[in-house]
Amino acid sequence: MSTSHALTKEEVSHVATLARLSVPHEQLEVMRGQLAGVLGHVAKLTAIDVTGVQPMTTPFTQINRLDADVPGPCLELADVLRNAPVVEGRFLAVPKVLVDES
Amino acid sequence: MIDFSSDATAIRDAVRGRSVKAVEVVAMFVARAHQANAQLHAFHEILEEDAMAQAQAVDAAIAAGRDPGPLAGVPVAVKDNIATRVGHTTCSSKMLANYRSPFDATCIERLQRAGAIVMGKTNMDEFAMGSSTEHCAWGPVHNPWDVSRVPGGSSGGSAVAATASLCGVALGSDTGGSIRQPASLCGCVGFKPTYGRVSRYGLVAFGSSLDQIGPLTRSVRDAALTYAAMAGVDVRDSTSANTVVEDPLGELEHSMKGLRVGVPHQYASQANHEQVNTIVQRAFDRLKAAGATMVPVDLPLTDVGISTYYVIAPAEASANLARFDGVRYGHRSAPRAGDTLDALYARSRGEGFGPEVQRRIMLGTYVLSAGYYDAYYGRALKVRRLIKAEFDKAFTQCDVIAGAASPIPAFRAGGMTDPLQMYLCDVYTVNTNIAGIPGISVPLGCIGVEGTDLPVGLHLQAPAMADAKLLRIARMVEKLHPEAARPPNKYATH
Repeated sequence: MSTSHALTKEEVSHVATLARLSVPHEQLEVMRGQLAGVLGHVAKLTAIDVTGVQPMTTPFTQINRLDADVPGPCLELADVLRNAPVVEGRFLAVPKVLVDES
Repeated sequence: MIDFSSDATAIRDAVRGRSVKAVEVVAMFVARAHQANAQLHAFHEILEEDAMAQAQAVDAAIAAGRDPGPLAGVPVAVKDNIATRVGHTTCSSKMLANYRSPFDATCIERLQRAGAIVMGKTNMDEFAMGSSTEHCAWGPVHNPWDVSRVPGGSSGGSAVAATASLCGVALGSDTGGSIRQPASLCGCVGFKPTYGRVSRYGLVAFGSSLDQIGPLTRSVRDAALTYAAMAGVDVRDSTSANTVVEDPLGELEHSMKGLRVGVPHQYASQANHEQVNTIVQRAFDRLKAAGATMVPVDLPLTDVGISTYYVIAPAEASANLARFDGVRYGHRSAPRAGDTLDALYARSRGEGFGPEVQRRIMLGTYVLSAGYYDAYYGRALKVRRLIKAEFDKAFTQCDVIAGAASPIPAFRAGGMTDPLQMYLCDVYTVNTNIAGIPGISVPLGCIGVEGTDLPVGLHLQAPAMADAKLLRIARMVEKLHPEAARPPNKYATH
């Protein structure tokens, strides 16, 4: 477990990119310090012997139920679109996804 | 007649017995909530008109001879991360400032079917991340015992509304202690049911394997009544348990003979506030005098709960909060020339989320990233199983495990600046969620701190699905502490 290595500002910047979070440059160092503090505390986990232990993703012990595949009532489109910041007709509008390279 | 000391049962009985109208009950509590909100800031929205309309429907049902339900006319304060068609559902975040849910959460549907009335939405730590309700985009919430102190969190607004009698009952959510810790710091009852007992449909997801909705109330009976109206399988939540819900009310008043209370020595830590340990010991003495047996149990992993939690909860949060991208709902950054979709996402999220939420998203993204996944997330999930096994073993020796809900009483606002220090407030509550078992904080009365009376709660934990039994034991503790029923001076109920 490589938790002992010091977290760098570059790593924090990379994680922010992965998280789709714009973090102002001057905030990176503050965040680095706080994350390093928490990760240092979390390193307590390394002291515990987990050999042969199966991961537990949920406390729920029942097997997932499957519903019959039949259409049911849906939310009203107008109710749903009411919360969208930018709408064109019955669509959600976003900036250009494909960049024109010509 | 009812007054502000009336519990939900008394309100319900008065409304059903036609000695008071639901509209009168709502008017009473709405007026008190408006008045107190200037000092306490428990509510983000008080939904007077919507609440009156719901109350009129309850009164009409009674007039027509129909059964108005077991919570008839009871005004409910709802934490702002539970979806309601009335009002907004903001999660106390700028991200969702204008969000109006197109549907009701299952718990809301069920409470309304039982005759309860949604009277307002309460302030919370943004997206339920925090232990002080200071991380609220609409401003901090204040403790009714001392407004310079925090109410705990993240369900701080709901805890304050219940404690100061600004509502009949309140709803909160608990991912690592967010119902029980504020209940302890404010002096109300806070109950987190077994994972899967109350449908999470309509609860804005934070840590999906940890989250559970539950009541914050002025009595154990009210907690049982509210829980009974919400609990049970829901086709819209595939992790809601498909087993019979035991009635928590039938035997609530019957003390348990031969009660065995498990006491882990790890819970009486030197790090606890000295008077917290003293008042908890007094509760144990009273339980013993009432015939209970105190059984020493061993929970050696108590101390690593926080480490386990602060890997699992942020990991799940980073995935759940990915949906807030400024496209379908929520804050969207102003367009810029040459904008790409990725730039729009990152800017909208950077502007919409507060600092604590950003920290947790970053932490979660880090522990799930290539190269660190096994070392952090994978290992935390294994420790989670060990924590669960440790509880299972302890419960072979006792009916409940008891200790302080919080190591410290309500602290001063602005007094905790290091995020890690704040996380450690949840040392006794996170493992309940990690194991998925039920937990409740029951008021023990106050301790004197710097000239102020501050409440302390006893935390009781029981095996999964033993919710009815847990409530019954909580009621025993409540009966042994009549002094804990005293409301904060400024919010007297008579």
